[in-house]
Amino acid sequence: MRPSDRHWCLAIAAGLVFGAAAGAAAQPIAIVGGKVYPVSGPPIENATVLMDNGTITAVGVNVTVPAGATRIDAKGKWVTPGLIHAASGLGLVEIGAVPDANDARAKGDRAVAASFRAWEGLNRDTVLWAPARNEGITSVVVAPAGRSLIGGQGAIVDLSDGRRADIVRRAPVAMFGQLGFADGAGASARGELVQRFRELVGDVRAFAGRRDAYDAGNSRDLSARRADLEAMIPVVEGGLPLVVAVDRAADIETALDLARELKLKLMILGGAEAWKVADRLAAEKVPVLTGALDNIPSSFATLGSRQENAGLLARAGVPLIIVGSPGEAFNVRNIRQEAGNAVAYGLTWDAALRAVTLTVAEQFGVADRVGSLQTGRDANVVVWSGDPFEFATAAEHVFVRGRSVKRPSRQDELTEKYKRMLKP
Amino acid sequence: MRSFIRASCVAGVMATWTLAWSTSAQQPPPPQASQDKPAPGTGGVSVPNADPFPSTYARRPTPPLVIRGVTIMTAAGPTIPSGSVLVRDGKIAAVGASVDAPADATVIDGRGKVLTPGVIDTHSHIGVYAAPGGSALSDGNEMTNPVTANVWAEHSIWPQDPQFPRDLAGGVTTMQVLPGSANLIGGRGVTLKVVPSTTVQGMKFPGAKYGLKMACGENPKRVYETRGPATRMGNVAGYRAAWIEAERYRRRWDAWNANHTGDPPDRNLGFETLAEVLRGNILVHNHCYRADEMAQMIDIAKEFGYQIRSFHHGVEAYKIAPLLAKEGIAGSLWADWGGFKMEAIDGIKANLAIVHAAGARAIVHSDDPSGSQRLNQEAAKGIAAGVAAGMPITKDEAIKWITINAAWALGLDDRIGSIEVGKNADLVLWSGDPFSVYTRAERVWIDGALLFDRTDPAGRWRTDFELGFVPTTNGGGR
Repeated sequence: MRPSDRHWCLAIAAGLVFGAAAGAAAQPIAIVGGKVYPVSGPPIENATVLMDNGTITAVGVNVTVPAGATRIDAKGKWVTPGLIHAASGLGLVEIGAVPDANDARAKGDRAVAASFRAWEGLNRDTVLWAPARNEGITSVVVAPAGRSLIGGQGAIVDLSDGRRADIVRRAPVAMFGQLGFADGAGASARGELVQRFRELVGDVRAFAGRRDAYDAGNSRDLSARRADLEAMIPVVEGGLPLVVAVDRAADIETALDLARELKLKLMILGGAEAWKVADRLAAEKVPVLTGALDNIPSSFATLGSRQENAGLLARAGVPLIIVGSPGEAFNVRNIRQEAGNAVAYGLTWDAALRAVTLTVAEQFGVADRVGSLQTGRDANVVVWSGDPFEFATAAEHVFVRGRSVKRPSRQDELTEKYKRMLKP
Repeated sequence: MRSFIRASCVAGVMATWTLAWSTSAQQPPPPQASQDKPAPGTGGVSVPNADPFPSTYARRPTPPLVIRGVTIMTAAGPTIPSGSVLVRDGKIAAVGASVDAPADATVIDGRGKVLTPGVIDTHSHIGVYAAPGGSALSDGNEMTNPVTANVWAEHSIWPQDPQFPRDLAGGVTTMQVLPGSANLIGGRGVTLKVVPSTTVQGMKFPGAKYGLKMACGENPKRVYETRGPATRMGNVAGYRAAWIEAERYRRRWDAWNANHTGDPPDRNLGFETLAEVLRGNILVHNHCYRADEMAQMIDIAKEFGYQIRSFHHGVEAYKIAPLLAKEGIAGSLWADWGGFKMEAIDGIKANLAIVHAAGARAIVHSDDPSGSQRLNQEAAKGIAAGVAAGMPITKDEAIKWITINAAWALGLDDRIGSIEVGKNADLVLWSGDPFSVYTRAERVWIDGALLFDRTDPAGRWRTDFELGFVPTTNGGGR
């Protein structure tokens, strides 16, 4: 049994809630001697990451560790920014099939739920918080689920302890919707779906320009409710990114055409066939959020699904974000596996790390705070026993905003309880 | 669209014709009729181990094969660090530090690579829920009655499912395809070799026993909520009612089959399948999440005198691991799934490790065409969880989770699942440690025939469906 295991058992036995280096936020913490991957720059061997008061105060080889600092020996360890899952249901979905424990899907009206602010149903007491961050996930983009044309707004959330207002880092970060599944949008043909979307954008513009007339009842019929029209204004003004789930290459082109025509800021989610239009995506600087485990032509929209997708997109210069299954909650931790498989199928290792850290932060507007190890950034830091993408690797220390957050999860407690039964 | 439908009909008619032809050629002789009666056709009687849809699989003839200089994880003992394997006539003829290579042997240099037995998935729905999906290819759950022991998964399998070649590329050489879990008793599962074939008969593992799919808990009671069973107690009443009738059926037919006197009893396909379970000729594969329900299923099995071969999913198997060990029941488990429904909330990553440590047979299964391609990675998660829980598992043990233990669950551990002399030469050559995320299957052999070769994209198995639909630049997505 490793020391950390002993500590965990003890913590369970005593009902303690704080980890080894916890409570240490009041004094500086120095992670010393590890191989540090700042992501914003090249890896640094034998480096120190110094954290104080929740932020990173130094990264490098010639860092003086202040007296009184808590030292973590990271010799032989890998140190990275905390990983970020860019399309998660964590905090919204406790148990997928239990309606009372699933708040990821808004009902909406006529397949539009733009006013749904998913994070307003966020439950930071979810039992799935701990298993995610115990494996090095320190932030997630909490995203609405479902196949509505417009599903709602997402936020980026730190997996720290605290009130919702404190842990929600930025909201909204994007509007989520889809342009690939006609039936989900209440249409029965792709062209009809496109027309429905165009109509919505037109109505949002009409509403935005003549709000008083609308409220005076002096308006033609619009295709969405007032709150949804209002919520869509930042999207049609090109400020708030629109993340659309779309897989087929032709549908991705449609989305790009619409974004150009309507002057929207677009991101592609899923993008099974994005590799076919990689050059255009790169030229138009449209990021793609995709996984690396899927290679099954599981629908007529994903016939070209392949595990090389991520690598090909990155090589073409497309801003790449690696996500697991969109809406994932229980296994948010498996973006490590996704990233590793992306590498096995052609993505460079450095690009894979960037695709689960800094690029996510950049695309969702929080790169000045998280996603890299730089002086002045918030201290979301993970010390790994080895390569973070390998199964045998453990996240030995996980810091969110400078605090150690590793604690026994409900899953750990069950494990402890029943493995005792095996002892003679 | 219309022409697509027409094409399917033609294929269907041809398959039926082929089936009728091959069936009539290989039927066992009908039982003797009494003198004053015409002999019933074999389809009219219920006989043990009947094989009305016999396998037509034939091993592809290949010259002897030698893989040398390779790390061999045998699943039967310690890793051989730099060893060789000789394959002759589809069987493993020699394993060791070195083997004699016949002059006509194909020789593969395995330096830096790892050789394992072919991966075996005890729980697949490939073929019955074929890609590209949709209702037209949704053939896995006969949701018309809570007990459909009369249906056979093989009659739903589409051999052109593009998921088959992808699974092969993940190192899977044998899979059990099961009906879904909507029903208390879902029907017969079938064991397939993952080989290209126009008919499912051409994929069937010769001589493999059938499996019976049973399901506990939420699925049946949700599906049949309005007609029953609507509760877990209704589920249990449903299993017991079925077994009571099955036992009566078995008795009647065993008596008639013993002497063939008098008019034979009525044949009933559902009870026939259940009677075969009671005779030990079909293995029970029981979808069950919760520990308490598994314990009840064990009691039901005892009440009627059959064995459960493997629980499937068993997210709470760790809570009754010693019971599984005592009863000799395998656990076909996920590495890290849980939480998606109420009965899955106690899923833990140490499930495999605890079941293993208790002395029961732990198996990594998939129930998923994506996970099935990476059972090695799932097993690697199980190893890591064991380490984290203070129960280290060696790689030599963990490789059994996806090979010999799975072979046992299918009743095939005497033929596949390990690299030992006399076993079928189902082999996977991995680019490195099979438990690394960066490792991929490079070559896969079934019965000594090279069926997947990552270095030869042009030679890869492409199903009929893939032609034209799935771009070739990606080697079919694998």
